[in-house]
Amino acid sequence: MKVPLSRIAHTRSGDKGDIANIGVIAWLPRYYPILLREVTPERAKAFFGELVKGEVDRFELPNLHAANLLLHQALGGGGTVSLRTDAQGKTLGAALLAMEIEVDERELAD
Amino acid sequence: MIRIANGQGFWGDWLEAPVRLVDGGPIDYLTLDYLAEVTMSILQKQRQADPQLGYARDFPPLIGRIAKKLQDRRIKVVANAGGVNPVACARAVLTAAPDLKVAVVLGDDVLDRIEELLDKGYAMRNIDTGEPLAAIRGRTLSANVYIGAFPLAEALATGADVVISGRCADAALVLAPMIDRFGWGPQDWDKLASGIVAGHIIECGAQCSGGNCQVDWQNIPDLANIGYPIVEAEPDGGFTVTKHPGTGGRIDSHGVKEQLLYEIGDPRQYMTPDCIADFTSVHLEDTGPDRVRGSGVRGAPRPPMLKASISYDAGWKASGTLVYTWPQAIEKARMADAIVRQRLAQLGLSFDEIHSEFFGVNACHGPVAPPVADPPEVQLRIGVRGSDKRAVERFTREMIPLVLTGPPGGTGYGEGRPEVRQIVAYWPALIPRDEIRTRVEVVK
Repeated sequence: MKVPLSRIAHTRSGDKGDIANIGVIAWLPRYYPILLREVTPERAKAFFGELVKGEVDRFELPNLHAANLLLHQALGGGGTVSLRTDAQGKTLGAALLAMEIEVDERELAD
Repeated sequence: MIRIANGQGFWGDWLEAPVRLVDGGPIDYLTLDYLAEVTMSILQKQRQADPQLGYARDFPPLIGRIAKKLQDRRIKVVANAGGVNPVACARAVLTAAPDLKVAVVLGDDVLDRIEELLDKGYAMRNIDTGEPLAAIRGRTLSANVYIGAFPLAEALATGADVVISGRCADAALVLAPMIDRFGWGPQDWDKLASGIVAGHIIECGAQCSGGNCQVDWQNIPDLANIGYPIVEAEPDGGFTVTKHPGTGGRIDSHGVKEQLLYEIGDPRQYMTPDCIADFTSVHLEDTGPDRVRGSGVRGAPRPPMLKASISYDAGWKASGTLVYTWPQAIEKARMADAIVRQRLAQLGLSFDEIHSEFFGVNACHGPVAPPVADPPEVQLRIGVRGSDKRAVERFTREMIPLVLTGPPGGTGYGEGRPEVRQIVAYWPALIPRDEIRTRVEVVK
């Protein structure tokens, strides 16, 4: 079934120059494999569409059951150059929560 | 065990926080992080206008306010409040608090050495774009190397009550007291990395104690009285993140994880002047209410290059807004946007970028924002930037006329014409460590 990412994870996002980073954290350790399977760099890039001009990298943090996404060329030049209201990408993590992921009901059951 | 509290995540953070940290319970060190990337260039301009300025002006009155308590309870302050003029900052602190001993760390400011370093053959390429610094030669406004925790610890070792630096790695403010108190050496990579991880967790202040936290945010207690974070550091590198009893907010492993992941790149190689910390090695455990323990952190030898934060003049920008209401608010705002763009083009003005946003529709989330039907109101925000200041100024005259010359019902122009602002852009680069000599001075 399809559920939003918010069902299995929470996020926090910020900036480094024109790169936005999104920390994606599984609510439960057993959701971590789902997170890795569903939130691939390719799918994150496709989700954000024209908002992310460059590539998306993903780093894994198994100790925190979390992943770090780097969205390149995602902030309109970044920092003080950017004309965007959210020049620091503070809200991009929240946006990602709406991404649809595919899960088996049994994966979510307690 | 020592208690290190951080009372400021950036210049402009909550003024009451440091005072509450001192008043609310036991702490040994108070750290205050004032410097964002662009802050340095603002301070550099202030110093050019007045040689006695160029530091975080909130800092001396704060120290004046808490000086007696600092002395009575032997609390040491470590702050990067010095900006581009740590000595002037120290003198202002001594004026506000004459009984305190104040030390400064100097040597991070390399603005006067840019030409020399270029002549020596250091390209100082932009870490993000790969461009050599020569591309913006003559346009640099500030240049500071991120210094590490050891010079700060050296300043603490003088017995100073207040240590003031310019640009330093944010987490170094928190690591320095551990080096000072526990005698950690420059090759204790794992311990240094532990201190860096602890520092990273608390360097943004309350963002690890319930602020900006998605986890059950409606039920985080008493954000109005949020408690700023305290690290209880242990000599072996283990640490606990906590806050004073009776304060608002919440500290748990989920919130700490959010902050650990905040504004990092490759988590296996978190680069600092003192070590490379591996964020995939930290083990977090909820050990009690508002208590999270971190342990097991591994580190690697410090990198041979230091990161420099260079700022430069990158042209001009302005942004203006207008509000349109129901019915067809979106359509009205879109037409207004098209009219402004057509008028700018007819004037023959060119910009590096014109960017339009529609608040209430998709300003922050762009194409990802869920579709809305016919909203009661939409704010149009148009921003322009470019190297021609006159073109940007001319743009600022093109918003308000829409009220009488565009689609019906335009309002919300109460602030008047938009302000033209200089763009001070950020140029991260690397400089060999050997080129940088820091020194500590006790200021009388």
